Amino acid sequence: MKITRKDVEHVAALANLELTPDEVERMQKQLDSILAYIDKLNELDTATVAPMAQVLAESGPEAAWRHDAPRPGLTRADALAHAPDPQDPFFKVPKVIER
Amino acid sequence: MDLTTLTIAGLHAQLRARAVTARQVVEKHFERIQERNPKLKAYLTLSPERALAQAEAIDRRIQAGDPLPPLAGVPMAIKDVIVTRGVPSTAGSRILENYRPPYDATAVTRLEQAGAVILGKTNCDEFAMGSSTENSAYFPTCNPHDLARVPGGSSGGSAAAVADGLAVAALGSDTGGSIRQPAGFCGVAGLMGTYGRVSRYGLIAFASSLDHIGPLARTVRDVVAVLQVIAGRDPLDSTSADVSVPDYLAALDKPVKGLRLGVPKEYFGAGLDPEVRTKLEKGIERFRKLGCEVRELSLPHTDYAIACYYIIATAEASSNLARYDGVRYAFRAPGAATLEGMYQATRGRGFGAEVKRRIMLGTYALSAGYYEAYYLKAQKVRTLLYQDFVRAFSPDSGEHVDALVTPTSPTPAFKLGEKTADPLQMYLADIYTVTGDLVGVPGISVPCGKSKAGLPIGLQLFTRHFDEARLLQLAHAFEQSGGFTL
Repeated sequence: MKITRKDVEHVAALANLELTPDEVERMQKQLDSILAYIDKLNELDTATVAPMAQVLAESGPEAAWRHDAPRPGLTRADALAHAPDPQDPFFKVPKVIER
Repeated sequence: MDLTTLTIAGLHAQLRARAVTARQVVEKHFERIQERNPKLKAYLTLSPERALAQAEAIDRRIQAGDPLPPLAGVPMAIKDVIVTRGVPSTAGSRILENYRPPYDATAVTRLEQAGAVILGKTNCDEFAMGSSTENSAYFPTCNPHDLARVPGGSSGGSAAAVADGLAVAALGSDTGGSIRQPAGFCGVAGLMGTYGRVSRYGLIAFASSLDHIGPLARTVRDVVAVLQVIAGRDPLDSTSADVSVPDYLAALDKPVKGLRLGVPKEYFGAGLDPEVRTKLEKGIERFRKLGCEVRELSLPHTDYAIACYYIIATAEASSNLARYDGVRYAFRAPGAATLEGMYQATRGRGFGAEVKRRIMLGTYALSAGYYEAYYLKAQKVRTLLYQDFVRAFSPDSGEHVDALVTPTSPTPAFKLGEKTADPLQMYLADIYTVTGDLVGVPGISVPCGKSKAGLPIGLQLFTRHFDEARLLQLAHAFEQSGGFTL
């Protein structure tokens, strides 16, 4: 096994995902089999190969720049209209800090 | 009027002759949707008010004798990962079940400005993660050629709708093959333009360096009509390319004689269904008859594409999907006592199994201690795949070609439920399509006849970056020569 139950729980915590015990078990098996397949990348020698994050980078990053000028955005009413628990002008969430 | 074969040109001839109104065309489509959609389940949501208002506006312009815009009155379906103002846009996910976006995607705005009529939103795999539309949180879509089979995915609803006459054209999205593979499975044409050709503004993000919006339609000419409208720089998407958009229609009927087609041997290896192979051989022969020079070549890193893709796509997804935290919009799990507990419960209950799997894989690949072994490694392999394509297309390389021809998928449409138990088997359904996304070149899938069981088979073409004109010219010549029904 490349990936342990503890790994799965650690990664789920990083990703803020609640998993049931059944899901943890299934995830361990499935991730293990997918990672075993992905290991084939190690057959390739990439010591001198540059990583590619973005195919368009070749046309130059300046292509993506624009003036940093203010423009109209969403109105507050529009932004709050979709919130699960809006309390104008805030998004209300459960307690963050324990007393 | 036969909706299942209607083309944009045919529709416009009828509208101009006033044989039919735009409103009647839209109503006919809704009638057919009412009749067929309960079986097919291609649509998630219909938007009749918006559609009829647009159709009536078009009819007024026709009455006034105004010139028709390029997509006037064309009934279209929009994949549910593309946002539409005020119309539910769920991305096939429970977490966005009640989401009515406050804005339109740029592609949708441009379609409506060009006169298109948006009929509704089509089903897809949750957040476009899947190859069969079975990962939709709502229901699977069926293949119109055999209701027991999948339409492909993730744009399965769009492909099925176009194939069955529930829309004249549709928008899909392609991150690893999600336009081309369902187009192939459903027997329609589906195009992924060059990365950056079409604005992604309003496309609910899956993997930002791989995501594309593109058209599906029953003819190449109709694919062209939609692409012409949605292509081009958009200030709202910093990755949309500032490259001029040519007149694709003008180049469409140019002869293809003398063009060089490459057949990459890695796309015809073990695992390719014999019936697909036979049809592809006939398709390639057809290109020879049209005067193309065909040569075999090698794209040596092809075998590593799926592994590379499933690291890069999931890493980007784990970052993009972090936004679903139950705070500003979308689902929030009730009852959590702490903020962190609310995040975890919201995401744990709001996301489906495949989405969670991919978030986990991507988070793992980016986590301390694994970043170099997985993510950085995959980015380097992406460079190797890119170089394979550049070498094939580069005039400096001596043996270069103008286009590549491959199967779209290793098999025709598989049965519903056939691959759901084994995620890796499902991933391998994209083996011939993912590289196009990783290297950013444009690709199209067009029909290339049917299997003995009557299932469509797709032929895929790639050209160099921003050479959609040549891609479409080849696809059109193939269609005109009867290639779709080989």
